[in-house]
Amino acid sequence: MWSYFANPHKFLRLSDWLAPAFYALGAACIAYGLWQGLWVVPKDEYQGGDIMRVMFIHVPAAWLAMASYSALAVASFVWFVWRHELADIAAKAIAPIGAVWTAICLATGSIWGKPTWGTWWQWDDARMMSVLFLFFLFLGYMALRAAMDTRQKAARAGAILAMVGAINIPLIKFSVDLFTSLHQDASVITADGPKMAAVYLTPLLVSAVGHSLLFGGLVMTSMRTEIRERRIARLRARELEAF
Amino acid sequence: MSAAPILAAFRQSLGEAWAGGAGALLPLGFLGGAAVLVPLGIGSDGETLKAVGPGIIWVALALASLVTLERIFQSDAEDGTLDLWLQAGAPVSAIAAAKTLAHWLSAGLPLALFSPLLALMFQAEASPALLVNAGLYALGSLAFFFWGGVGAALSATVRRGGLLISLIALPLYVPTAIFGALAMSGGPGSAGAPLFLAASTLFACAVAPYAMAAALRLAAD
Repeated sequence: MWSYFANPHKFLRLSDWLAPAFYALGAACIAYGLWQGLWVVPKDEYQGGDIMRVMFIHVPAAWLAMASYSALAVASFVWFVWRHELADIAAKAIAPIGAVWTAICLATGSIWGKPTWGTWWQWDDARMMSVLFLFFLFLGYMALRAAMDTRQKAARAGAILAMVGAINIPLIKFSVDLFTSLHQDASVITADGPKMAAVYLTPLLVSAVGHSLLFGGLVMTSMRTEIRERRIARLRARELEAF
Repeated sequence: MSAAPILAAFRQSLGEAWAGGAGALLPLGFLGGAAVLVPLGIGSDGETLKAVGPGIIWVALALASLVTLERIFQSDAEDGTLDLWLQAGAPVSAIAAAKTLAHWLSAGLPLALFSPLLALMFQAEASPALLVNAGLYALGSLAFFFWGGVGAALSATVRRGGLLISLIALPLYVPTAIFGALAMSGGPGSAGAPLFLAASTLFACAVAPYAMAAALRLAAD
């Protein structure tokens, strides 16, 4: 299966229409989620009144922060084992985009926290701390790649770090979970089904799907750019040889 | 496979770390200096110092591991030692673990043994608990050194690798720092925390050598 997707030509052909489709669908979903979230759904006084509307950005961003690190780890693993160049291109593309969503999650969380909990940041809170360390893992990954002098070395070093980080994530999560938390418990994915009223849940899920589609589209565009850049570099090198 | 290259690397590292800077006195001086800066920086209030003391020692241990590990693999990559290991078919993960252990013995363990004295400086009560804490510092700093070693191996060929090591290794220090601080807090959950600390250290000892080996093979290319 991997080898089918590992072909850059097939990827370019596929993403040629898939990326714009992701953008269009994603924009529609996000627009619907924002419209519902900002104007339609009733405000929840328990969650701080109108400020709870930030949820329609915050929760999808949190979901993408974790999903993008998982994607980074999987891409790194695929590259490390099968050496498919496309997997490394994907990992390189995912890191900055995932870092931005992690930063959005932290920022919107702080904005939501100030009026409801009375603080921008709580040091002994498990949720906030794990997301913050996720952000640092992304930063370390990008810094390490940038420090390597060849593409191949950047790919190998990055893959090792992403995999070490991935096996550490359960440990980090587990250790910070010993803290008491201001953050509410899980209310979307629980054993008894969603605990949230449907009027909130539907726009929230649509918004999460929209953000995921936007993420997919951005990653594909970034990968296409990288493939083109590598092709340009090869053509330049060939031109120089011809001299 | 013979144990000779592993022992040689261990002995050489221990010699380098021990002879190259007045033995364990240099790291001890570093830790003492860092610890002395704290009361000067936050004021000399006894209650405050007592509260932050154990945490400051954890931070100082983490910094000491980062500072001592900066060049642990860099010189091997530069002078060709690394290539010789690889050519000899020596188990790189075991060599990396041996080198890390040697650095921990010369910089991590002495600091942990020295910690009761620092704790007294931070106004802690003199009690056998300080010796138990010294054991916890020793256990936790071992994890710091192994994760720091992964950062050092990954940045072995990078100039100014020291800053990069910190950025890579600090998120991996989190479980150790949290379990360690929890074990000394005396609050709820502190009874089981030493076991969690031991588990996270064992995890580091089990995983880090293989990550270091993969990173060192990369550095040799």
